[in-house]
This record gives sequence, C-alpha cells and structure tokens, in this order.
Amino acid sequence: MSRALSVLVRTAVALAVALLLLPVVGLLLRTPWSTLSSQFASPVVRQAIYLSLVASIAATGLSLVLGVPLAWALARWDFPGRRLVRALTTLPMVLPPVVGGVALLLAFGRRGFVGRWLDELFGISLPFTLGAAILAETFVAMPFLVITVEAGLRSMNRRFEDAASSLGAGKWTTFRRVTLPLIAPSLWAGSALAWARAIGEFGATITFAGNLPGRTQTVPLAVFLALETDLEAAITLSVVLLAISLTILVLLRDRFLPR
Amino acid sequence: MSAGPVIRVRLLVATALVLGACSSQNPAVESESGELSGSAVVFAAASLTEAFAEMAEAFEATHPQASIVFNFGSSSGLATQLVEQGGGDVFASADAVQMQKVVDAQLVRGEPRPFVRNHLQIIVPFGNPAGVEALEDLADPDLKVVLAAEQVPVGRYAQKVLSKAGVTVNPVSEAGDAKGVVGPVALGEADAGIAYATDVAAADGAEGVDIPDELNVEATYPIALTQEAAGNPVAQAFFDFVLDGEGRRIMGDFGFGAVE
Repeated sequence: MSRALSVLVRTAVALAVALLLLPVVGLLLRTPWSTLSSQFASPVVRQAIYLSLVASIAATGLSLVLGVPLAWALARWDFPGRRLVRALTTLPMVLPPVVGGVALLLAFGRRGFVGRWLDELFGISLPFTLGAAILAETFVAMPFLVITVEAGLRSMNRRFEDAASSLGAGKWTTFRRVTLPLIAPSLWAGSALAWARAIGEFGATITFAGNLPGRTQTVPLAVFLALETDLEAAITLSVVLLAISLTILVLLRDRFLPR
Repeated sequence: MSAGPVIRVRLLVATALVLGACSSQNPAVESESGELSGSAVVFAAASLTEAFAEMAEAFEATHPQASIVFNFGSSSGLATQLVEQGGGDVFASADAVQMQKVVDAQLVRGEPRPFVRNHLQIIVPFGNPAGVEALEDLADPDLKVVLAAEQVPVGRYAQKVLSKAGVTVNPVSEAGDAKGVVGPVALGEADAGIAYATDVAAADGAEGVDIPDELNVEATYPIALTQEAAGNPVAQAFFDFVLDGEGRRIMGDFGFGAVE
C-alpha cells in the first residue's frame, strides 16, 4: 500500500514538474537565438522592457507604502469591519484582471465617480497614462504583499517588542528597530511576490491604461500585440521577461529568503 | 474593455479544443436520415461577432443536430493561430492580407470567397461631447483618440484613410482588434476612434460620424474552408449558408455590404 502511494506521489511530482517545465522548454526551443540581439535594437522592445521595469518597481513601492500599514492594521488592530477589509484585500487575487481594469475605469476613469472629481478639481485624467498602468499593477499586486506581511506580523514573537518598549523605546523606534528586522523575510517575500505579479500584469493594464508603445505598452502587452503578426518578436519578448523575472527572483531568494 | 473579451473567448476556445482533443475525435457526420450533426469551429474577425452569432443561431435552427463554435479575434491573430496550431474549420477574415497568410501556408481548402464589404466611420461617445465632425478634428492633440494597432486589419484600414486625408493622429491607445476601439469610446474615456461602421452600429453608448466616400476604404471580407474541414459536412454547410440567401440577408441586417 505504502509502496503504491509512494509511486503515486512520485508520479504526481514528475507531472507537476513537467507541467511547469515543458512550456518554458517550448519557448526556448522556438527562440530565434541568432536574431535575439537585433531584436533588442528595436525601440518597441526596449521601450516595453523599460516601461515594464518602471511600472512594476513603482507598483511594488506603492504596495509597500500602502500595504505595510494595511497589513499592520489587519494584524494588530481590532476594529469593526476588519474581516470585511481582509476579504476586500484578497478580492483582486480572485477577480479576473480584466474585470479589475473595468472596475478601475468605472471608478478612476474620466467619467468614473472618483475620476470625474480628479479631472474637475486637479485636471488629472488617469486612463491611458503610465500612472494608470502603475495603479492597475498596484491593484492586482498589493494583496500579495499585504497577506505575506500580515502573516509575518502575526507569527513573530512579540516579546521582543514588549522588551524594547519596557526599556523605554518609543513606538516608532520599536517598529523600526525591532519589528521591521523581525518581519524582514516576509517583507522581502511579499515584495518579490507583488513585483512578480506586477511585471506579469496584463488584463487590468490594457483595460485601464490602454496600449501605446513608449507610454503604456509594457512587455506583456507588447507580446500580446506581437502575437498578431510577428511571432519571433513575441517569443523574444517572452524570453526577455522570463530572464528578468527569473534573475531577480533567484537573487532575492538566495539573499533574503530562508531556505 | 480593450482586449479582454477577445482573450476570454480565445481561452474558452482553447479549453474547448483541449477538451475536444482529449475525448476521442467526434467528427461531424451526416446520419442516415440525412440530418447534419456534429460541430465546426469557425475563426472569425472580431467585427463579425454580432452578425455571426445570429448566423449560427439561424444555421442551428435549420440543422438542430449541428453546432458552431466560434473563435473571434483580430484577423491577424487568428491567422497566426491557424498557421501555428490550427484548430479551425472555417476562417472569415477582415482583409485579404491575413487570408493570404493562411493560403500561403497551404491551409486553405479550395479558394477563399469574398462575402461582405464594410467601411469605416469615426466613432464617438453618444452625443458626441467633443464635437468631432471630420477626420481633421482627430489631429487635435487634446482629443483622446483610440485607433487599432496597424498589425490588425481595421488599424491598417484606418491608417490608409488618415493618410488619404493627410491627417496625422497621435492616439492615446492602440487596440488589439476592431472591438477594442469601441469599448473605451462607448465608456466615454476616449473622445473618438476609427472603427468599422458595423461596429459603430452595434455599439451601445456610441455613435458614428461619416467619413466621405472618397477618403473611405472598401474592406472586403474573404471566407474560406481550411484543410481541417475535410470530411466535415457541418463546416461545408456553414460555409455555404454564409454565402447563400439567408446568410446574405443576415449580413445585410447588420449593415454589411453585399459583394457582387
């Protein structure tokens, strides 16, 4: 029985690895290696990579600035509606990104109920701008950071904080010198997850920010459009995105995440 | 709204194809009673969405045992899919260029047949709040204009029209197919776009501004059976249905011009 079980588990593991690996192999087999460098010379490719990096890093930054306080509130505060806020936090994770994009448009678009005021009071119109791309990416990516950091805050040993404050440290000092170092692994893991989600973001971005080379066309959007006519360019862009993502995730994992 | 629905449809079709491939092939057959049964997969330009949905309903009413599965998208994307992975029995393209890609790959059975014509209109939100009256107005840098990307037929047609009119437009977004132009305009987020007249007519919340005939293009749509349709009477029957009397009437109802 246990032998049969072991075979079953091994088969499952092999199938899981195959499922993850084979698409990557497919991509690499079709990569036009000889023309790869000339593809890089194309301004569309370079702009898309640049925009992807800018937008995903900005979205990760925004997720940290807004998400860490939210994670703190969810982990430490007791307030009415906390369960509701937590459910709201995870909503973008289950919502199809395109739906998220439409929702963003209906709220922050020129005719949206918030966007109308932004336009009238400040002359800000978000749709079709890089700001919209960053906001869309933050919308889908921030939940990953909040959930990871909240888990970190809940599982950390709070006696160190108590000790610090009994030794006279203020709240801010305690947070900065004791809490933050203790939850550093969750912060890094959460940031990496959020960033990875942001750089791969497609649906909410194309819906809310549109698609314009050099302005809002990130790599996933460029891949989607390149698929229409130029499969080689699409594959090249995909390989580039794969390489950037893998490099950064491996670096992060080696340096900051416990193994 | 841009590319979303298209992608969803593509995924649905992909799933259907995978499931279809897993279950043993179930080719369409003509039963002894002469009743047509089985299914055919039709790859069709996004601008045909409404008309072809109605077409399939009429077809399935005539042949209750038969069913039509659609994959709507930009003709260029569909042509790439057909060449790369196949999966379609019928291909209806918005221009000859994309059809030729499939012909060149020797995937077309017989000859493509031109079946409808279309032309372009300027699409504006209902009530035309920006007061767009002509192509020249689209050059206004304060106007938010959405065009389709030049890779897809409607984007190529739009560029033709603009260059004939000598107008340069800096769009705020380039849509991935014909329907992608309609969404942002109908929502009022963009002030104007250039779309097929049929898409303007089908859109809620948007209206059209005519482009003079001498500047307009005549988009002729070809339709063809693919090699995969061999031995599939449903595909052949649908192809004939589109070209036949009732099919022509339906296309006319949706504003498509007839081909002599």
